[in-house]
Amino acid sequence: GAGQDVGRSCILVSIAGKNVMLDCGMHMGYNDDRRFPDFSYITQNGRLTDFLDCVIISHFHLDHCGALPYFSEMVGYDGPIYMTHPTKAICPILLEDYRKITVDKKGETNFFTSQMIKDCMKKVVAVHLHQTVQVDEELEIKAYYAGHVLGAAMFQIKVGCESVVYTGDYNMTPDRHLGAAWIDKCRPDLLISESTYATTIRDSKRCRERDFLKKVHETVERGGKVLIPVFALGRAQELCILLETFWERMNLKAPIYFSTGLTEKANHYYKLFITWTNQKIRKTFVQRNMFEFKHIKAFDRAFADNPGPMVVFATPGMLHAGQSLQIFRKWAGNEKNMVIMPGYCVQGTVGHKILSGQRKLEMEGRQILEVKMQVEYMSFSAHADAKGIMQLIRQAEPRNVLLVHGEAKKMEFLKQKIEQEFRVSCYMPANGETTTVFTNPCIPVDISLGLLKRETAIGPLPDAKKPKLMHGTLLMKDNSFRLVSPEQALKELGLAEHQLRFTCRVHIQDPRKEHETVLRVYNHLKGQVVLKDYSVQHLPDGSITVESILIQATAHSEDQGTKVLLVSWTYQDEELGSYLTALLKKGLPAGTS
Amino acid sequence: MAAHLKKRVYEEFTKVVQQQHEDPSAKKLRLTKPSKSAALHVDLCKATSPADALQYLLQFARKPVEVESVEGVVRILLEHYYKENDASVRLKIASLLGLLSKTAGFSPDCIMDDAINTLQNEKSHQVLAQLLDTLLVIGTKLTENPSVRTRLVEVACKHLTDSSHGVRNKCLQLIGCLGPVEKGVAKEGENQAAKDVQKIIGDHFNDQDPRVRTAAIKAMLQLHERGLKLQQAIYSQACKLLADDYEQVRSAAVQLIWVLSQLYPESIVPIPSSNEEIRLVDDAFGKICHMVSDGSWVVRVQAAKLLGSMQQVSSHFLEQTLDKKLMSDLRRKRTAHERAKELYSSGEFSSGRKWGDDAPKEEIDTGAVNLIESGACGAFVHGLEDEMYEVRIAAVEALCMLAQSSPSFAEKCLDFLVDMFNDEIEEVRLQSIHTMRKISNNITLREDQLDTVLAVLEDSSRDIREALHELLCCTNVSTKEGIHLALVELLKNLTKYPTDRESIWKCLKFLGSRHPTLVLPLVPELLSTHPFFDTPEPDMDDPAYIAVLVLIFNAAQSCPTMPALFSDHTFRHYAYLRDSLSHLVPPLRLPGRKLLSSPVSPSITPHEDPSQQFLHQSLERVYNLQHLDPQGIQELLEFTIRDLQRLGELQSELAGMADFTATYLQCQLLLIKALQEKLWNVAAPLYLKQNALASAAAKQILEETYKMEFMYSGVESRQVVIIHHMRLQAKALQLIVTARTTRGVEPLFGMCEKFLQEVDSFQRCFISELPHMQGSFVDKLLDLMPRLVTSKPSEVVKILQTTLRQSTFLHLPLPEQLHRATATIIEPTGESDNPLRFTSGLVVALDVDATLEHVQDPQGTVKVQVLYPDGQAQIIHPKPADFRNPGPGRHRLITQVYLSHTAWTEPCQIEVRLLLAYNSNRSKASAKIPKSGWSESLEALPQPENGIEGTIPFSKPVKVYIMPKPARR
Repeated sequence: GAGQDVGRSCILVSIAGKNVMLDCGMHMGYNDDRRFPDFSYITQNGRLTDFLDCVIISHFHLDHCGALPYFSEMVGYDGPIYMTHPTKAICPILLEDYRKITVDKKGETNFFTSQMIKDCMKKVVAVHLHQTVQVDEELEIKAYYAGHVLGAAMFQIKVGCESVVYTGDYNMTPDRHLGAAWIDKCRPDLLISESTYATTIRDSKRCRERDFLKKVHETVERGGKVLIPVFALGRAQELCILLETFWERMNLKAPIYFSTGLTEKANHYYKLFITWTNQKIRKTFVQRNMFEFKHIKAFDRAFADNPGPMVVFATPGMLHAGQSLQIFRKWAGNEKNMVIMPGYCVQGTVGHKILSGQRKLEMEGRQILEVKMQVEYMSFSAHADAKGIMQLIRQAEPRNVLLVHGEAKKMEFLKQKIEQEFRVSCYMPANGETTTVFTNPCIPVDISLGLLKRETAIGPLPDAKKPKLMHGTLLMKDNSFRLVSPEQALKELGLAEHQLRFTCRVHIQDPRKEHETVLRVYNHLKGQVVLKDYSVQHLPDGSITVESILIQATAHSEDQGTKVLLVSWTYQDEELGSYLTALLKKGLPAGTS
Repeated sequence: MAAHLKKRVYEEFTKVVQQQHEDPSAKKLRLTKPSKSAALHVDLCKATSPADALQYLLQFARKPVEVESVEGVVRILLEHYYKENDASVRLKIASLLGLLSKTAGFSPDCIMDDAINTLQNEKSHQVLAQLLDTLLVIGTKLTENPSVRTRLVEVACKHLTDSSHGVRNKCLQLIGCLGPVEKGVAKEGENQAAKDVQKIIGDHFNDQDPRVRTAAIKAMLQLHERGLKLQQAIYSQACKLLADDYEQVRSAAVQLIWVLSQLYPESIVPIPSSNEEIRLVDDAFGKICHMVSDGSWVVRVQAAKLLGSMQQVSSHFLEQTLDKKLMSDLRRKRTAHERAKELYSSGEFSSGRKWGDDAPKEEIDTGAVNLIESGACGAFVHGLEDEMYEVRIAAVEALCMLAQSSPSFAEKCLDFLVDMFNDEIEEVRLQSIHTMRKISNNITLREDQLDTVLAVLEDSSRDIREALHELLCCTNVSTKEGIHLALVELLKNLTKYPTDRESIWKCLKFLGSRHPTLVLPLVPELLSTHPFFDTPEPDMDDPAYIAVLVLIFNAAQSCPTMPALFSDHTFRHYAYLRDSLSHLVPPLRLPGRKLLSSPVSPSITPHEDPSQQFLHQSLERVYNLQHLDPQGIQELLEFTIRDLQRLGELQSELAGMADFTATYLQCQLLLIKALQEKLWNVAAPLYLKQNALASAAAKQILEETYKMEFMYSGVESRQVVIIHHMRLQAKALQLIVTARTTRGVEPLFGMCEKFLQEVDSFQRCFISELPHMQGSFVDKLLDLMPRLVTSKPSEVVKILQTTLRQSTFLHLPLPEQLHRATATIIEPTGESDNPLRFTSGLVVALDVDATLEHVQDPQGTVKVQVLYPDGQAQIIHPKPADFRNPGPGRHRLITQVYLSHTAWTEPCQIEVRLLLAYNSNRSKASAKIPKSGWSESLEALPQPENGIEGTIPFSKPVKVYIMPKPARR
C-alpha cells in the first residue's frame, strides 16, 4: 500500500536477505476487502512469520497501523512488531475505537475483536528514540524523532553496511506541542519518504495561528460561540494547546470545552510522554504540565444551550455525524457564532458543503437548516512540505530516494526535483510494484594487527580519509574474511611457497663490450631520480641488482652489435620490475659511457 | 544600627556565618607551612606507590604557593617527573607545572627549557598533551618575548605529526596563541618556525579527527583575533568544512567564513556549476544562510547570530532571506502577508475569510521552481520558525541588526517581526518587541500590522505590556484610524490592568506629539464635544479621560488650530493637569486664554537651557560670595538650597545635578552653622545643648556624604575627592566635639591617631587631586602634619578647630551627567486593608516589585529591608536573577520576600523599603584585586566583606498589613 496513494501504508523491504514490513495501515476510503493491504502478496501458503523478520509501525494513525490486528491475529504473524512507547500506548485506543465503529455501528462481522487487539499488542516491542535495537544478529533498527503526532518516528533499518530509512509521516516545522523531525547524516542506501505535500510550500505557521486566534478571540468578545470540529488525536491537542496558552496570556475567561470520548484517555498519555513534545513543553512541565489544561473542560451535552460565549471542540472533524453535527445544528442559526474547520473535508459531508459556500442545508427528515453562522477554514497540517522533504534529504544524504504516501502526479514533480538537485536516483513505485535498488555493499575484512602495523610503518603516515595500498593475502575461510600476511596464509593453508619470477629480455643496440654495456646501464640507472631511494649495485659477476631485481647483459648470439639485457624480478617487485623494463626499452642515452 | 543590622543578617542566613568561620582557618593553614617545597619533597619521597604520590600531589594542589617558592617547587616536581614511571602521576605533575607558572608575579622563563626538555622522552600522549598545555600557559605569560614564542611554535610544529588527537589539538592551540602575527618576524627568523603558520594550520583542516579539525579552525580564528590577516585562499577550504559531519567543526567553520567575509567583502568568487561570479560577502552570506537550516541547533544559533553582523551584503541578497515562494499543487500562492497588504491597499480590510480565499492563482513553470536554493532564500523565515527558541532569539537579533542598517529591509521584515509577537515563549516575544522598538525609526506600521501589535496589549505579562508601550512611544502610524485604534486598545488595557497607568500615559504622550495631524480630526470625537449641545463634563479623576487628554494636549503642542476645538472645561482641565502631571502635559500657547494659564506657567516654563544656566549661576553666586559675613552666607546658602530643590522637582533632567549640589551645600551649611555657634569657644561640657547640635551636624554630614558618594551615578573622581574632603571635615568636627565633651585624655589618643591615619590615607588616595585643593582644610592640615603627629591630643584639637574655621569652601565641579539612584516600590501598594494572614512560625512570601533608576550594580547593592512593629529589622538580599534590565540605567526588581513572626493578637503593619548598601572600601579608584589562578578551592571562597559600612534607604517605605495567627493545635 501507499504506493502513489494515500492510505493503508504498507511497504515491504528486502535488504541483504532480510524482509521487513513497514507500517500496516488501513484505507479510509474503502469498506470492503480493499481497506486492508493484500497480505497474500507476501506469501500464498505458509505462515507470514517465516517470511518476515520484523514489522515496524511508524505512528498511531490508522492509515499506518489500522490493519495490524487483522494481520497478526487473523492472517497470522508471531514475529516482533516494533513501535515507540507513545505509539504502543495510544494505538490500541484508536484500534478499539475503529473496531467499535465498524462492528457496533455498521454491524460488520468477520472483523477483529478486542481480544485480538490485546493479543496483537502483546507482540509489540517498544523502542526508545535513538535506541539501536538488534532484531537478530544482523538486522538492527533505530528510531528518530519525526514530529507529526506524539510518538511518530522515522526508522533506520540496517543490515551489515546497507541501510534504509523509512520516514513514516513527518513534519519539519515545529508546532505548539511537537518538535521538528530530525535525523543525523546516516547516509542510507535508500530513503523512503512520504510525499503528501510534494508540490506545496507552505506559508509560515505563525500567520495561520494568528488568524485562528484572532477569529476566535473576536467571536468570543462579541459574545458568540465557536465550534471547532476536530478528529480526536493529533491536531486537536495542537489546537487545545494553542487556545490554552492564548487564554492564559490574554487572561480570557470564556469557557473552552472538549467533547469527551477517547480523548481523555489519550490526553492522559500526552501528559506522560513529555519527552516526546517540543522544547517549550519540556522546559515548563516541572512548573506545569501544558496538557493539564486549566481552561479546557469536559463538554456536556447540556452546555450547548448555555448562554454566553464559549469555544467547543467536538468530534468528528468533518461534521458528518455525532456530537459536532448536533452542536452545529443548534448554533447555525445565529450569525454571532462561528464554525472553524481546521482540516480537509471529504465531498458529501456537511463540512464540505458549508465550506463550499452552501447556506441552506437539507438535513434528515427534509428539514432545511439555514446557516447564518460564520464559516471559516484554517489549515493545520503536520506533514512536511516540499521544502521540508528536501531538507530531510539534505540532512540524511541518502544514495537513493523512494517516494510513497502521495499522489502520483505530485510525486512526479518532486522526483524530478530530487534527481535534479541532489543527483541521486529517485523512485516512486505503484502498489504491488517492486523497485530494486543496487547498492555498493562494503565487506568488512579482519586484518591481523601485526600485518596492519607492518604495513602502516612503510611509507607516509596513514590518513584515514584516503585509501591505502596494502600487501597481504585474503583468506576466505569458514564464512569469514581475513587479511593476513602471505607467510601466515601459507602456514595456515599448509602450502609450500613458490617463487615466481618474471624475466624479460630487452634488446639494446650497443656495439661495445658486454661489461661496458653493463656499466652504461648501471650509470644510467644510478642517474635516475626515481631510483634514488633504491640501492643499485654493480656486482662483480657482471650483473646489476636494483633491490632484488637482477639485470644481466649478454651479447646477442647472431648480432654482436645488439646486446640482450635480461631483467628478472619476483612477482612481489612487479611494480619496480615493470618500471625498469619500460625504462630500459626506451634505450640508453647516447652520451653515457 | 548598622552593626545591629549586620548581626541580624548573619542570624538569618547561617551560610554566611559558616563562610566567616572558614576564612581564617584557610589563612592559618597557609601560615603554618612556611616551606612548601621542602614539605612536598619529603612527601613525594615518602610515597611508595603511584596512588600515594597522586594523593600527595592532590593535597598539595589545594593550597596556594607563594611567589618566592614557586621555582623551588617546580624543580622538585621536575625531579620527580623524571623518576616517575606512572603516567597518571606525570600527568598531574605536568598540570601542576602549568598551574604554578600561572602564579601572579612569577616569571616562568626560567623553567621553560626544563618544560621543553620533558617533552623529548615522553611516551604517553596524555602527558604530552598536558605538557603542551603547560607550555601554552608559559607562552601566554611571556608573549612579549618573540624568541620564546618562535621556540614554542617550533616545538608545537614538531609534535603536530603525533598520532593522538589530544596532542595535535594542543599543538594547534599553541600555534594559534603564539604563532607569529607580524610579517616581519616571519621573515627575519631563519629557523623552521618562520614557516607560514597559516599554511601549517590550514593543512590540518583535513585532519582525520574532527576535534583536531575544530582546533585547527579555532587556532586560525585565534590568529585572526591576534591581528594576523588571514589569506583569502582559506575561504574555499572553509567552505568545504561547512559540510563536515561534526557539528563543532561546522560551527567553527561558520565563524571562520564570517571572519573572511569581513576581511575580503569585495573580492570576487566564482559560483560553482556556472560561470558567474559574485562578491565574497554575498557568497558567504548565502552559505551562512544555508546553515540556518542545519541539523544541529548549535550551528543554527551560531549562523543566525552571525548573519546580523554582515552589513555589507547587497540588498538583493538581504531581501531574499525573507522570501519563501509558496505554492500549492504547483500553483503560485501568495503569502498571508502579501494578501494582507493587498487587502489593505485595495481598501477593503477585514473582509471575512472565505473558503478558498487563499486559493492558488497562477500556474508555476515546474522547471523554474528551485526547492533548495543555494542562496539566502528564506533563511530568516526558517530561523524564525525554528524549534529551539535560542535560534529564534538569535534570528530576531540578527533581523534587528540588519534592519537598523537598511531601511528597506526594515520595512520588509516588519511582517515577520509582528508575527513573532505571538511566539509561545515570552523571551522571544519580548525580544521581538524590543527589536521593533530599535528599528522603529525606519518603519511605519500599516493598520493591519498595528492591529496585531495592539492585540498583544492584553498580554498578562507586565514586561511584555511595558515593552509594547515603549514600542508605541516611538512608532509611526500611518492613518488616523490607526491612532484611534491604538487609543482604544490602550484604554482597554488600562481598564484591564489599572497598574499600567503611568506607562500608558507616557505612551500616549509620545503618540500625540508624534502625530499631531492625525489626532486633529479625532479631537471632537475624543472629547465628545457637540457643535450645538453642551456635553456633561467628564470626571477629572478618571485615568482613561486623563489618558485621552494627554494624547490631545501633546498633539496640540505642535498644532495651533487644535485648541479652538476645546470646550471650556477642557481648558480648566488643562490647567489642572499642567500642574499635577507636568511631565506629561506640555506647555501650550492658548490664544486668548492667557489668563487661565498665566498664574501657573511663568514659573514653570523655563526651558532646559535657562534652567541649566540658573543652576550654574546660583552656584557661582555661592562660590563667589565667600567673604560675606557669616549670617549672609548662611542665608544665601539656605536660599540656594531651596532654589535648587525646587529646580530638581521641576526639571527631571536636572534633578540629579540639583539634588547633588543641594546636598553638598547643605553639608556646608551645617558645617558653618556648627562652627558659627557663638558659645563654641567657651569651655566645654556645660553647653550640652550646643554640643548636641554640633555632633548631630557632624553625624548628618557624614550620612549625607555617603549618600553623595554612593547614591549618584556618574560621580567622577573630582567629586569623590570633595566628598571625602567634606567627610574629613565632619570627622574633624566630631573629634573636636568629643574632645570637648569627654574628660580625660585616654580615649582622645586613640581618636586622634585614627583621625591622623585617615588624613594620611586621604593623602595617599587622592594625591593627584591635591593641587586643586589649595586653601582647603586638608591642604592646611597637611602643611601642619609634622606638627600634628608629635603634639598632644588637646593641641591637635585646637589646631583642627582653627584650621576648620579658616579653611575655604571648596568649589564643587559638576560632572556632565549626574543621576540620583531612586527606587519606587510598585508592589505591594500598601493600600490593602485586608491583612495578609499566615500561621505564626511559618513563612509567608510577599511579592515585591520595584523599579530602580540609575543604580550601578544593583545585584550587589540593593537590599530589601523589612521593619516589624516591634523594632526588628530584617535585611534580605535578593537573588541576582531577580533583577532585570529593561533599559539603560533602569532596573526592575521582582522578588519575593519571606516574612515570618511569632503570633500577634491583631493585624499590624510592617514596613518594606529598599536599601542601597555601600562599602567605603569600594573606592572608585581602587582596582580589582587580581585573583590567583592557583587553586579552585580558594576561588570558591568569597572575598571577605570587610567594609560594608551601612546602608542608605532610597525608596519610600511601603506599609504591609500582616497578621500572623497562632498555630492551631
